[in-house]
Amino acid sequence: MSQNFIVSPSPHVHSGNSVSKCMYGVLIALIPAFLVSLYCFGIGALVVTLTSVLACVLFEYLIQKYLLKVKPSICDGSAILTGVLLAFNVPSNLPIWIIIIGALVAIGIGKMTFGGLGNNIFNPALVGRVFLLISFPVQMTTWPVPDPLSMNYLDAETAATPLGLMKQGLPVNAMTTDMLLGNIGGSLGEISAIALLIGFAYMLIRRIITWHIPVSILVTAFVFSFLVNGFDAEGALQQLLLGGMMLGAIFMATDYVTSPMTPRGMIIYGIGIGLLTIIIRRYGAYPEGMSFAILIMNAVTPLINKYVKPKRFGEVKK
Amino acid sequence: MNKLKIILNGIITENPTFVLLLGMCPTLGTTSSAINGLGMGLATMFVLICSNAVIALIKNLIPDKVRIPSFIVVIAAFVTILQMCMEAYVPALYESLGLFIPLIVVNCIVLGRAESFAAKHNAFDSMLDGVGCGLGFTIALTLLGSVRELLGTGKIFNTAIFPEHFGALVFVLAPGAFIALGYLIVIVNKLKTK
Amino acid sequence: MAKQSSFGNMLIVLTVITVLVGALLGYVYGITAEPIAQAKKLKQENAVKDVTPAFDNSPIDEQYTVTVNGMELKVFPATKEGEKVGAAVESKTKNGFGGEVIIMVGFEADGTIRNYRVLSHAETPGLGSKMEEWFRTERGSQSVLGKHPAKDNLTVKKDGGSVDAITAATISSRAFLDVIANAYTAYTNNNCDGATGATQQEKEADYE
Repeated sequence: MSQNFIVSPSPHVHSGNSVSKCMYGVLIALIPAFLVSLYCFGIGALVVTLTSVLACVLFEYLIQKYLLKVKPSICDGSAILTGVLLAFNVPSNLPIWIIIIGALVAIGIGKMTFGGLGNNIFNPALVGRVFLLISFPVQMTTWPVPDPLSMNYLDAETAATPLGLMKQGLPVNAMTTDMLLGNIGGSLGEISAIALLIGFAYMLIRRIITWHIPVSILVTAFVFSFLVNGFDAEGALQQLLLGGMMLGAIFMATDYVTSPMTPRGMIIYGIGIGLLTIIIRRYGAYPEGMSFAILIMNAVTPLINKYVKPKRFGEVKK
Repeated sequence: MNKLKIILNGIITENPTFVLLLGMCPTLGTTSSAINGLGMGLATMFVLICSNAVIALIKNLIPDKVRIPSFIVVIAAFVTILQMCMEAYVPALYESLGLFIPLIVVNCIVLGRAESFAAKHNAFDSMLDGVGCGLGFTIALTLLGSVRELLGTGKIFNTAIFPEHFGALVFVLAPGAFIALGYLIVIVNKLKTK
Repeated sequence: MAKQSSFGNMLIVLTVITVLVGALLGYVYGITAEPIAQAKKLKQENAVKDVTPAFDNSPIDEQYTVTVNGMELKVFPATKEGEKVGAAVESKTKNGFGGEVIIMVGFEADGTIRNYRVLSHAETPGLGSKMEEWFRTERGSQSVLGKHPAKDNLTVKKDGGSVDAITAATISSRAFLDVIANAYTAYTNNNCDGATGATQQEKEADYE
C-alpha cells in the first residue's frame, strides 16, 4: 500500500462528508459537460436531462414509499445523479417515453431490486442505458449532429458517430480538436473531453474521488489501442476522446458503490475496464464498449475487494 | 394419496419453474413468444407423462446400479419419437423449437420426476404426476413467453396489444428472459405468501 | 423395490431396454421418414413458388448448383410450357453481421429481381432482422423488387449505390445486397454457359 494513513486514537473530528455532499459534488462537476451539450444540442439536451432526472426521482420515491415501504431518501441526490448520468448516455433526440422506461429500469431494476443505494451491484444509470441500447437500438444509435443552440428536439438532423464510422472502416472527418471541444455527434454528455476533464479536476480538488480509477482506465486504453492499432499515437488518443470513454472513466466507473475500495483494487478494476473497452470497440459487435466494460467490471468488483483486502492489524501473513 | 393432490402438487406446491427452478435451459431459451413457450411446455409434458408411466411399470425389473442409464434411455426414446413426429407433422413449430427438443432429455424435471416420483409410485399415479408437473411447466413457460412477447413486441399469441414500435426488444433476447423470469418469481412468491 | 444388482442382470436389463427402444425408434422413423422428407420439400417448394413467376415444371427436381465466390449456390429454374420464365436462387453470404445469411432470390427471365425470401440469418433482432420486410417496402429507395442487378446500382447509398440501408444496420444491408449480387451471378452463369439449354432469347435479354 502506497498511501500512509494517519491513524490516531479517538476522539475524531467529523469531516462533514456525507452521501448527499458527495452526490452534489459530482453533480457540480458535471455542469461544464452539461453546458457544452446545451450549446451543441440545444433544447433537446434540456428536455432529455429534465425528463430523466424527474423520472428517476419520481420512481425512487414511488418504489421506496409504496413497494419497499421505507422512508423515501430522494434528497440524498443519488437519484438525481443517476438521472443526469442516464441522460448523458443517450442521444439528445431520444423520445420522452423511452427515457422514462430507461429511468424505471435504472432505478427499479438497477438499484431498488438490490436493496437501494449502497446495495446495488451495477451502476444504475448504465443498467438503464444498456437496457435501452438493446431494446431500442434504432433510437439509441441515431445521434443528432451538433447544431449550436438548436430548437429542434425530435427532428434534429442525424449522423453516425466517429466511433460508428471507425467500426465500419469508413474515414472519420472530425479533427482531434473537435473531439476535445465537443464538436462531434454522440450522446448528450460524452462529446466534450475538455468539459469532462474540468469536472475531473474539480472532483480531485474537492477529494470526491481519487485519481486511481480514471487514470488507470485511460492509460490502459491508450497503451492497448496504441499496441493493437499499429502504433498510431493519434489514433490511440482519439480512442480516449471519442464515445463514452471520458464520461465513463471519470463519472461512471468511479461510482462509490460499484467500484473497489482499495487503491490497488481500483487500479486492477481500471485496467480491466480499459482493456475490455478497447477489445469490444475493436472486435465486438457494437462500436462502443465503455458501458459494457464498466458493467462487467462492476460484477467483478466484489471479487477484487475480496482479494486485495488490506491485512488486518496484527494478522500474520500466510 | 389423493389423485387431485398429485396433480396440484406439480402445478403449485412443486412448480418446476417457479418453485424448484429446474429445467432453466428450455425455460429461458424457448420462451421468446407465448406460442413457443406453450409448445415447449406441451412437448415436455408429453415426455414426462410417457416416461413416468413406463418407468413406474419397469422400475421393479431394473437393478439399482443401472437405474439412471435405463431411465435416460427411456426418456431419450420418447424425446426422439416426439422430435421425429414434430418434424413430420408440425414442421413450423419444430423449426422454432428445433434445438431445444433434444435437450428435453437432459431437462432436470424429467429425470427428477422419474427418480423422485415414478420410481416409488404406481404407473397411474406417476402419469398423474407427469400431468401435474407438465401442466405446471407449461403454465409457467406460457406465462413467461406471454410476458416476454408482450413487453418485447407488443403482442400475445401474435395478437397485437400495442404497437410493435413501443416494444422493448431486450425481452425477446436472452437478457430479457432472465429479467422477466426473476420478476415473475418475485410476483409468484408474493402471491403465495399472502 | 429394485432388485439387487449383479453383473448378469445389469447386462440383460440394459440390453433388453436398448434393443426394445432401438426397435421402437426404427419403427417410428419408418413411419415419419416420408412425411419429413415431404415437409422439407414442401418448404423449399413454397419458398421457390413465392419468389418466381408462375411455372409448370418442378424446379426442385431440375435444380443444379453453381459455385460463386467459393460457395455452392442452388439454382431452381422455372419454366412454363417449356419456356424459361425465371429462376429462384438459394443464395448466401458469410458477411452478415451475425455470420451467414441465406436468402431465396427470385428472378424474372431477364434478370429483374421478382421477390426474395430470407431463409436463415443470425442478424440482430430489430435491426438487421428487418431485411425480410425492409427491401420490399416501397418507401424512399428501399425496395429492390423490380430492380435489375446489372442495370441498377444495387449497393447501399453509403457505398455510392442507390439503395437505402436499414436504419442503423448498414452491415446487414450490405450483406443482403451481397447475397443478391451472388444470386445474380449464379443465375447468369447458367444462362451464359447454357448448362441446361437456355434459349437464345434469354441470352439476348441478359446482354442488354
